[in-house]
Amino acid sequence: MQEKINLIRSEILEKIDSFDSSRALYEFRKLFLDNKEGKISLLMKGLKDVPKEDRPAAGKSINELKNWALSLFEEYDARIHKLELEKKIAGEAVDVTEPAVKRRAGALHPNTMVQNELIDIFSAMGFEIYEGSEIETDYYNFTALNTPEDHPARDMQDTFYLSPGFLLRTQTSAGQIHVMEKSRPPIKILSPGKVFRSDDDATHSPMFSQMEGLVVDRGISLCDLQGMLDLFSEKIFGQGVKTRLRPSYFPFTEPSVEVDVSCFECGGKGCKLCKGTGWIEVLGAGVVNRHVLENCGIDPDEYTGFAFGMGVERIAMLKYGINNIKVLFESDTRFAEQFRD
Amino acid sequence: MLAPLSWLKEYVDIDVSPKELEGKLFSAGFEVEEVIELGKDISGVVVGLVEECRLIPDTHISVCRVNCGDKGTFQICCGADNVKAGGKYPTALVGATVYATARDHVTVEGVMTIKAGKLRGEESCGMLCSGIELGLSEELYPGAGYLGLLVLPEDAEPGADIKPITGLDEVIFDIALTANRPDCQSIIGMAREVAAVLKKPLRMPALDYTENGRVPPFSVTVEAPDLCPRYIGHAVQDVKIAPSPFWMQRRLKLVGLSAINNIVDITNYVLKEFGQPMHAFDRRDLTEDCIVVRRAKEGEEIVTLDEKTFALKTDHLVICDKTRPVALAGIMGGLNSEIKDTTTEVLFEAAKFARDSIRKTGRSLGQSSDSSARFEKGVDEWATVMGMRRALHLVQELGAGVVTSYHQDVAVDPDLSPRPLTVSRKKIDEILGVTVPEEVALETLSALGFEPKIDGDALSVLVPPYREDIDTAAADIAEEIIRSWGYEHLVPRFLDLARVTSGGRTEEQKKSVKLKETLCRQGFSESIFYSFFSPKDLDLIRLAEDAPERQAIRLLNPITEDLSLMRTTLAPSMLRAVIRNLRRGNTEGRFFELARIFRAESLPLTAYPEERDSLCITAFGDSETFFTVKSAPEAIADAFGLTFRYEKDTRPYLHPGMTARITCEGDEIGIMGRLSYEIAEEMSIEKPVFLIEIDWQTLKEKCCRKLRYVPIPKFAREVRDLALVADEKLTCAEIADAIRSSCKFITEVSLFDVYRSEAIGKDKKSMAFKLVFTPTDHEFSSDEIEKYVQKILKKLAFLYQITLR
Repeated sequence: MQEKINLIRSEILEKIDSFDSSRALYEFRKLFLDNKEGKISLLMKGLKDVPKEDRPAAGKSINELKNWALSLFEEYDARIHKLELEKKIAGEAVDVTEPAVKRRAGALHPNTMVQNELIDIFSAMGFEIYEGSEIETDYYNFTALNTPEDHPARDMQDTFYLSPGFLLRTQTSAGQIHVMEKSRPPIKILSPGKVFRSDDDATHSPMFSQMEGLVVDRGISLCDLQGMLDLFSEKIFGQGVKTRLRPSYFPFTEPSVEVDVSCFECGGKGCKLCKGTGWIEVLGAGVVNRHVLENCGIDPDEYTGFAFGMGVERIAMLKYGINNIKVLFESDTRFAEQFRD
Repeated sequence: MLAPLSWLKEYVDIDVSPKELEGKLFSAGFEVEEVIELGKDISGVVVGLVEECRLIPDTHISVCRVNCGDKGTFQICCGADNVKAGGKYPTALVGATVYATARDHVTVEGVMTIKAGKLRGEESCGMLCSGIELGLSEELYPGAGYLGLLVLPEDAEPGADIKPITGLDEVIFDIALTANRPDCQSIIGMAREVAAVLKKPLRMPALDYTENGRVPPFSVTVEAPDLCPRYIGHAVQDVKIAPSPFWMQRRLKLVGLSAINNIVDITNYVLKEFGQPMHAFDRRDLTEDCIVVRRAKEGEEIVTLDEKTFALKTDHLVICDKTRPVALAGIMGGLNSEIKDTTTEVLFEAAKFARDSIRKTGRSLGQSSDSSARFEKGVDEWATVMGMRRALHLVQELGAGVVTSYHQDVAVDPDLSPRPLTVSRKKIDEILGVTVPEEVALETLSALGFEPKIDGDALSVLVPPYREDIDTAAADIAEEIIRSWGYEHLVPRFLDLARVTSGGRTEEQKKSVKLKETLCRQGFSESIFYSFFSPKDLDLIRLAEDAPERQAIRLLNPITEDLSLMRTTLAPSMLRAVIRNLRRGNTEGRFFELARIFRAESLPLTAYPEERDSLCITAFGDSETFFTVKSAPEAIADAFGLTFRYEKDTRPYLHPGMTARITCEGDEIGIMGRLSYEIAEEMSIEKPVFLIEIDWQTLKEKCCRKLRYVPIPKFAREVRDLALVADEKLTCAEIADAIRSSCKFITEVSLFDVYRSEAIGKDKKSMAFKLVFTPTDHEFSSDEIEKYVQKILKKLAFLYQITLR
């Protein structure tokens, strides 16, 4: 028996060093430790053939052999598993500087980004968003806005006509009238949209976007306009930006003002962006002309209001430093890439 | 408008710097767009007295000793022929800047700095200058046109700066005026505003003259008072045509006009000074001494002063004599009655013509002038009356002729007295939002000539006759007050009195926002293109002759034919953008545009057309396939909880094998496909281009997903993969539908692989589907699933002869 035990022992020791995979080691282990067929198991079964008096010693020896083998295989299995893992890890090393696998998100148009920002600001102030039609009548675009046929202001904007009486709106103000005809004060609307003027050169595009705001209620004055503009300017151009009103003219407001904001680039000291003046013109505004209210059936002695309008491209160009309005309408991939989130 | 400060100073004492005046005018609503300094390039030039002058033998060079007063005495060489001892000339000292001229001594070639040097061996420390070298012309300074030295007056002090002496210190403001202030389109108009901002009195120019009537009278008949509310004619006799005096020539030059002769220069001078366009007829050319203002007869002809012939229409206003037109009213005089060197009798015209009539006539004939430009802005009758008086005064002052007593003034309403207007002070305060102190109201309005009076709440003013922009409302007066008082007096507040309102986007607008965000996440960037396109764009996408998209609304006055139609489809603009990108070497990209297309009931437009929201999507580049692009509509469907179906279809501009009609809830909502090879070849496009156009107007109505929680099933889902061999013609959708309808526990069918090989057979394909079975009330056993699979296979075999691979 001892001979057999020694034989198994040396058989194991002879080969155990030659395995480099857990699988092969497991197969080798089975030769000895398989419950049915394993050589050590068979030894144990053969114990019944051993003379009775020798059995306790033989049994003990076999048990020792078994325990020895179990712990040896366990030791080797752990060692090989460790080696295997090391190999796997080594094989899986990546160049962390290689590019990510992804689909880049697309970009909203800068106009939309600015519009969204403005809409968020004014929505929070209680402005509803109204989008009027791009094709308008002469009445809504001009006459109702206190700009009759022979009015000098008609020269200010070159209008695209579609038929006698129908035109492409030259200003989002056209929407004011539709709203005021349908609703009664308090009115607070913000009206974004495309407008059209027969102008096409380096700084003008025949189509551009405007954002028009209108407030009509009791006791609305120029001071309210200034207060609202101060809030708006800080939100869109940054903390500390101030506004300045100066006289201007629009047929549908009186008094009319041009609104400048202090230059957000240089803080008002004077730079290239503000052409050294410290101020940047951003919008036109004014107290709604009483004739406009009358045209919409709103009593100008009871209600007053203010309106303001700005060019969305202008704000976008100022905010993002775009120097040519035409690139906004070209959809060049190299342009879009710069505005991805 | 150009306003030389020296001219303004004749009517107002300007005691502030140009910079300060600019600021004050800016605050009052007059933006000085440019400050033109006449002598801005000239520096270091002083009066020099030539004390000694000797010619270098055999040359034309003189060596001069020039006394420049406190600046010193210098030896300067000079080649001019009019240099002589005792003369005083502009002397550019070393370091001075003047204009460099070409060999012709006339053409200015830039600015040069004077250096000390030697000429023919003689030291020369400076340069004696001609008028041209100082930027002067004969009109700006007498004698400046001479090609030799500019001779300065004898009383000029040696060493004194040349600029005040020659008028080179002139500053001209180029002022931007708003459309409501045509009364400021004149020196007098601006002088009124300058006087107001400086709180100084205004001095009116002289308007007096004496009449000596000897010639036969003339008549003025206005047959079109609607187009000519005022016409004043006045006859001048014994005219002697001559150059106008220097001071007048200089002023005209400063505002950009050339001197012609005394009579024409007077009309131009009054145009600039009073903003009143005038015309002068040679009276001998007026048949039967009469003026008739009427609409032209159809086909009537006139040759204008610039020798252009125009055939007229009945809506053109003309000035006629007894038989023929002698002027295109307000635009240009006729050649037949122009002022000639031999003219001895003149009829001056000052009139107010309807601005719209002048504009329309000018545009339809393509003819314009300083005069028509002025009329288009609007002329007030105060200027008409005063302008005529000023012209007659100037005739007398210049000795250009004898003013007769023959004066005709035809007016719809000759009254020029100030209009009384009373407004409520409370209303003014309400508009402005601040309380205007009594003295502020009085002071600002007085300065503007409104002669205000206050009685309690009533503020009474007299509106000057030239202020036709002032309406009857308190707002007009409020505006006059605040622009003078200053906007800085407003106290900002945030809608203190207004009621609270609920703001924000409508549900529909929110859907558009979500749509854009969804597409951005799929890698598509937003485009904005013009709402108009080209007739060529309709051909580009091969639209049939009778396609509804060809019924596009036309612009009556497009910038170019390429921007002449309102879009009826968004695809062409997008395709053009793709082509542009590819030509610029941008080989791949993904874009979308959400914009309106326009559909008219009938043309020309007599009612609002339909403006439909449409969505166009494109993807181009080698990595794009039909199925990568299909991710766009699928992402939209997912975002709004919808299911889209795709059915094979065709469009003339799309690949016939790669085009699908997209439907949602049974309605067609769009089309997608690959750009056809024909168009790709025609446009030299070498990359695959896919286009999708979706009727967002229809689709957004369907996008109203209501989120509702369904309890999570208690039992585990079972997943099975099936590889099926089917006929090539069968579509994925047909098979998936058949699978779904075969077993009610199927909750998901998705294709994950398609495989073709010889072993499978010709015209056959192997399609691998993943099937998800979701039990409802008990756990599925393998046997149960097997039973359902068999049922499905049986049905597929029966319907489509599909076998398991």
